[in-house]
Amino acid sequence: MKHMVLLTLLLLSILQTACSSMGVEPWQRGHLAKQKMQLDPYPIDAFLDEHIYFSKESSKGGSGLGGGGCGCN
Amino acid sequence: MQLNKSKSIRQLLTAATSTLLAGTAQHVMAEEKIPWQVDSAFLYYAEKDRVTVLEPVAAVRKDLGDDEFIGVRLVFDSMSGASPNGAIPTDTAQTFTTPSGNSTFTTPAGETPLDDSYQDVRAALSGEWETPLDEHLKTVIGANYSTERDYSSVGLSANLAWDLNKRNTTLTTGISMSHDQVSAVGYIPVGLTAVPTQSGVQKSLQSMEESKDIKELLFGITQVIDPKTLLQFNITLADEQGYLTDPYKILSVLDNNGQLRANDPYIYEKRPDSRRRQAVYLKANHQFNTDVVQASYRYYQDDWGISSHTLNLHYRYELVGGRHYLQPHVRYYIQDKADFYHYSLQDNNIPTYASADYRLGDMSTTTLGLKYGLVLGEFHEFGARLESMKQQAEGDAPFPDNTAIIFQLNYSFLY
Repeated sequence: MKHMVLLTLLLLSILQTACSSMGVEPWQRGHLAKQKMQLDPYPIDAFLDEHIYFSKESSKGGSGLGGGGCGCN
Repeated sequence: MQLNKSKSIRQLLTAATSTLLAGTAQHVMAEEKIPWQVDSAFLYYAEKDRVTVLEPVAAVRKDLGDDEFIGVRLVFDSMSGASPNGAIPTDTAQTFTTPSGNSTFTTPAGETPLDDSYQDVRAALSGEWETPLDEHLKTVIGANYSTERDYSSVGLSANLAWDLNKRNTTLTTGISMSHDQVSAVGYIPVGLTAVPTQSGVQKSLQSMEESKDIKELLFGITQVIDPKTLLQFNITLADEQGYLTDPYKILSVLDNNGQLRANDPYIYEKRPDSRRRQAVYLKANHQFNTDVVQASYRYYQDDWGISSHTLNLHYRYELVGGRHYLQPHVRYYIQDKADFYHYSLQDNNIPTYASADYRLGDMSTTTLGLKYGLVLGEFHEFGARLESMKQQAEGDAPFPDNTAIIFQLNYSFLY
């Protein structure tokens, strides 16, 4: 837990300092608006992967909420 | 003058009516024109000598206008095949009862015991509603339900996303809750009690069914770095309470000579009835010319003693013409075992909690895959991916590798 807190604080401070100087103007969003540049461009692929790895490994979470809901063998 | 005035009024009225009618017509057409987005897939997952899963998925999403959306997803799983029951291989054949207790199966000498009575069909339905609360704030409310022969789950979730800094920064928070019901074939055995070795012999029963409750929290930040780079950072916390044991898994108990003990050589596993999980997750998207690389890393830990690292990398390579792409995928996962994981147990030294489920052991998973995509138009795409997955022991426990093939077809279109 201690490592998690330190890592989180470090990343948040980097983001906090950096965020104000980063970013784009609305007219520069051409690439970002494309499907392939979305955070989750193919939700079903991500959903199926999540289902497979939730069933076969002991970790869960990170990318989003939910997942699981099965008595997977 | 009078005539001219009346003519000009008439012209104005005509123009206004035409504009109104045109506007209405456009509005009606616009409403009619917003189609449903249909996303479908078929997954074939096959482990070598073990489980095979066939899983069709269909999802629809409708733009209701004014940034409001609804979506529904329906999934069916058909699972069959064999799963390791937790017992270790021995130099003589071993006989086990199936979970129902009505029959037995025999594992030859030297082989890992696999219970092949496993067969189930699962249906899962989920829905979500996305709506803006103001210009920079939106919410997504979701619900899901799934059912299979021995398990059911019902859940609710709510997410808030707040855009800042010219929409270059998005803060996200979410909560989800679910209630799962475990109604195992042959009912729920008392943990760490003897597994019957003959059919018809009754096991010690804890109950007919058990349940668990899961609460999850998410905090996230997404940042646009430049016109071709996007970063996401999430923290998720989860709390699970209730029956977290696998009612079908067992452990071998050995005597001082390293042989299965004569009486009650196998006992049912038992896990703690609470679990707290934490994960931090970092994802980056970057576009080079036309190709896109997506990389993510997750660090996970829980109070069962498990910690893990997950690296995931997709590289979308656009083929000439821009309508086809190839996407190699690499994923590497490594975990440290749970405190109560044991490959086998020693007679007279049975701990409070114990499981021999390899998924709680020191192990890694390596996945290599390739996806082909054919873009036919706006939200009209065909895809096929083929991947191989290999799980292997990373510690002292010599459980065998688990290898699987993942094959998936996707088709997305507007309806």
